Amino acid sequence: MTAGGITAEPPVAAAPPPSGEPGRLGRYLTSAIFLAPALFMLGVWMVYPAVYTIIRSFFGETGFLGHWVGIDNYKTLFTTSTLTTAIKNNAIWVAVVPAFVTALGLIFAVLTERVRWAVAFKTVVFLPMAISAFATGVTWRIMDQQDPGLGAINALGKTISGVFSPAGVLSTASPSTSVLQSSGGALVLKTPTHPGGIALLGLTGIAPDQVPKSSAQAVTPPPKPGDIEGVVWRDFKPGGGKVGVVEKGELGLPGVTVELRNAAGKTVKTTKSKPDGSFDFSNVPAGTYHAAIGAQTFAKPFGGFAWLGPSLIVPSLLIAYIWIWAGFAMVVIGAGLASMPRDVLEAARTDGATEWQTFRRVTVPLLAPVLSVVFITMIINVLKVFDIVFALAPESEYARANVIALAMYLTAFQGGENFGVGSAIAVFLFLLVIPVLALNIRRFRRES
Amino acid sequence: MTRARIAVVLAAAVATALLVAGLAGARTSTPATAHQNLAVKGTITFDGIWTASSGQKQFADVIAAFNKTYPNVHVNYKPVGNNLPTVLATSVAGGHPPDMADIAQPGTVAQLAKQGKLKPITYAKSVIAANFAPAWRQLGTYSGKLYALVFKAANKSVVWYNVPAFKAAGVTPPKTFSQLLTDAKTIKASGTPAYSIGGADGWTLTDMFENIYLRTFGAAKYDALSQHKIKWTDPSVKTALTTMAKVVGDTSNVAGGTSGALQYGFNDSVTNAFGTPPKAAMVFEADFVGGVITSSTKAKAGTGFNTFTWPAITPGPDAGAVEIGGDLFVTFRDNPAIEAFVKFLATAPAAEAWAKQGGFGTGNKNVPSTIYPDAITRATEAPIGTAKSVVFDMSDEQPPAFGATTGQGEWGIFQTFLKSPSNVAGIQKQLETAAAAAYK
Repeated sequence: MTAGGITAEPPVAAAPPPSGEPGRLGRYLTSAIFLAPALFMLGVWMVYPAVYTIIRSFFGETGFLGHWVGIDNYKTLFTTSTLTTAIKNNAIWVAVVPAFVTALGLIFAVLTERVRWAVAFKTVVFLPMAISAFATGVTWRIMDQQDPGLGAINALGKTISGVFSPAGVLSTASPSTSVLQSSGGALVLKTPTHPGGIALLGLTGIAPDQVPKSSAQAVTPPPKPGDIEGVVWRDFKPGGGKVGVVEKGELGLPGVTVELRNAAGKTVKTTKSKPDGSFDFSNVPAGTYHAAIGAQTFAKPFGGFAWLGPSLIVPSLLIAYIWIWAGFAMVVIGAGLASMPRDVLEAARTDGATEWQTFRRVTVPLLAPVLSVVFITMIINVLKVFDIVFALAPESEYARANVIALAMYLTAFQGGENFGVGSAIAVFLFLLVIPVLALNIRRFRRES
Repeated sequence: MTRARIAVVLAAAVATALLVAGLAGARTSTPATAHQNLAVKGTITFDGIWTASSGQKQFADVIAAFNKTYPNVHVNYKPVGNNLPTVLATSVAGGHPPDMADIAQPGTVAQLAKQGKLKPITYAKSVIAANFAPAWRQLGTYSGKLYALVFKAANKSVVWYNVPAFKAAGVTPPKTFSQLLTDAKTIKASGTPAYSIGGADGWTLTDMFENIYLRTFGAAKYDALSQHKIKWTDPSVKTALTTMAKVVGDTSNVAGGTSGALQYGFNDSVTNAFGTPPKAAMVFEADFVGGVITSSTKAKAGTGFNTFTWPAITPGPDAGAVEIGGDLFVTFRDNPAIEAFVKFLATAPAAEAWAKQGGFGTGNKNVPSTIYPDAITRATEAPIGTAKSVVFDMSDEQPPAFGATTGQGEWGIFQTFLKSPSNVAGIQKQLETAAAAAYK
């Protein structure tokens, strides 16, 4: 009987069996045999692990089944701060990413219909989809580096800020003694100077390669009546040297703008230091003065934003993720757009609708099914997000950048080896995805 | 052990091995084994982290040395790589562990021993006693039974410094912590930040804390804190954290400042200190820093980089104690072949087979320091064998949930400490809460 069913060939079909029973059995068997490999795979790699994970989530830390702990793992999930952060972050992701991705995709799709080079533009926007999320994470991590010498984004910031507020020549320098005090970025010598006096402006924290090439051994100029003189020098020699004293082996700092401020704090004269660091304000009227080095000398170069730091890490992750998926949304929405009936659009235009009205009242409503596909797909993707966070966030910010899938990985596999709580997190994630999946399946049914 | 951490250790081991391959001139010949033992037969499965690109070849040499005496025992080494802890945890959970494995965390060994998954290696007690100081046997003992052999050790009580930067500042390697702070000031005045900290990897911070705690309060108290017999709210922790704040809180003296240091991983901290121009003058990390320097910078041993021992804090017998990280060999089964292999691994020829190739330190006191291929390796590895006082990396000794989880537990909290070094009491509270939960 069964053999006949398997080898159901034209003769059998030509002459259907009287009862119909063996044929139906045979058909079931045939489909069972064809389904078996897929069912087996699903069973081994989907059903069994899912069931095991659910059971495992009610047991303790280690072992095949550990010890029964009831819902303790779930309690841990909602009381441990790193895990609640992960849940909160996932909520932020769901709130931000699907909306942005759908909106950007829609804008790109509509615009590419109107530009020349549409193919080139589409390719560029779609390209991030071709890169693995992990590689994207690594790339953005490098671009997001705070040091403008390493991170592309901050390098751009440095170039721009360099035009408007250039860095000083001695940006790292600091005073060598406490008599030289910082005030509004400038360094002011606290001890007052009178005509005929000498002002010693010692600086440290200057690397040897930052000292101008023209500099020579620092020299304290001899006092001159009526003049205020002094020296700006690198108050350091190997071993430290005596602080506040010009010694042999210590270099003058040429080209530093020195200001002379009167008792009211107003700059009355400026001059530049010579190769040996000395400077001279000649013919100074009697009075009390303070020598100072202007703030522009110490202006710090643009240090870069900490894109990977505590306050910007989540936005950085969101940007990178949207960058990847915008291309996907554009292509899907673009396809929807292409299959849209043109006559409706033309009718709208003939009726005198503006471009914006056509877009809002015709294009968007007609695209609604496609937009919801993108939106729902993105919600599912975002709930499961893992690789980009894992690769992009530095480990020191994992606690702040945490998402549910990463929390599961860290808890179960990265050191924690706590399979109990790890399973509970996985089940929780599963529960979050189910309603969205159900929504999607219902929509599929409606469409077919 | 995290992915990054293992990668670092492996990279270092490879690089050191490559570096020394050409230099290995002084090879001591191992005494020829007189007799072969043909009676012991069998196959041993061994899961280890060393892969083809790291120490697998060197470990194969160790196995080859073993096979000279026991030609009928086949050691089937499986290079699991970075995921070893996970692979091992799942294979143990599934009931099919390998015969032997290499575990980096005593905390994990303790856990497995407690669950009764490991076999004691009591049979190797006398061989270990003949080759190692008692402290080493203690490192492998859990609740009174010997379970593990520390086959390979990394010296963590080491500081690496940029020789030209020290020269430009006119300072010499400090012997004491107060000298270190004075030198750091001088180095800063010379125009280079003194400290390079890889704060993105939490373990670089716990390593610094552990060295400070060990050198302030000695090995006994260190062990008590490791086992959570002392609470993290203890005044001694406060003292050690305050001491540490003198380094990490000296923000303008840390390469990149606090926010920069938090984004630099361990590898970055090394390249920052030894790249051109250097962004800092010294790195507080283990012997494997050398491998990173030679593989990713142009600095040369001796003229470009060198090491000094972690400076002493409280004078006394433990002022020169050595903190190690290392590979603990454990057994999941028991048979004559495994016994023979474990006993062999505890002897000098086993350690020498790898040590002469570099990238390897051992507590085996019978391994002569001349076996190490160059001066810097000798300076970092020899103290492991001769130290009077040895302790294991504290964060590795604790339950992994507290001591070895990326961005969480101890590692994460010390990163918070790097952000706000003045908040000592708050950090102590956080540490104690996390520790209490993990030791529950």
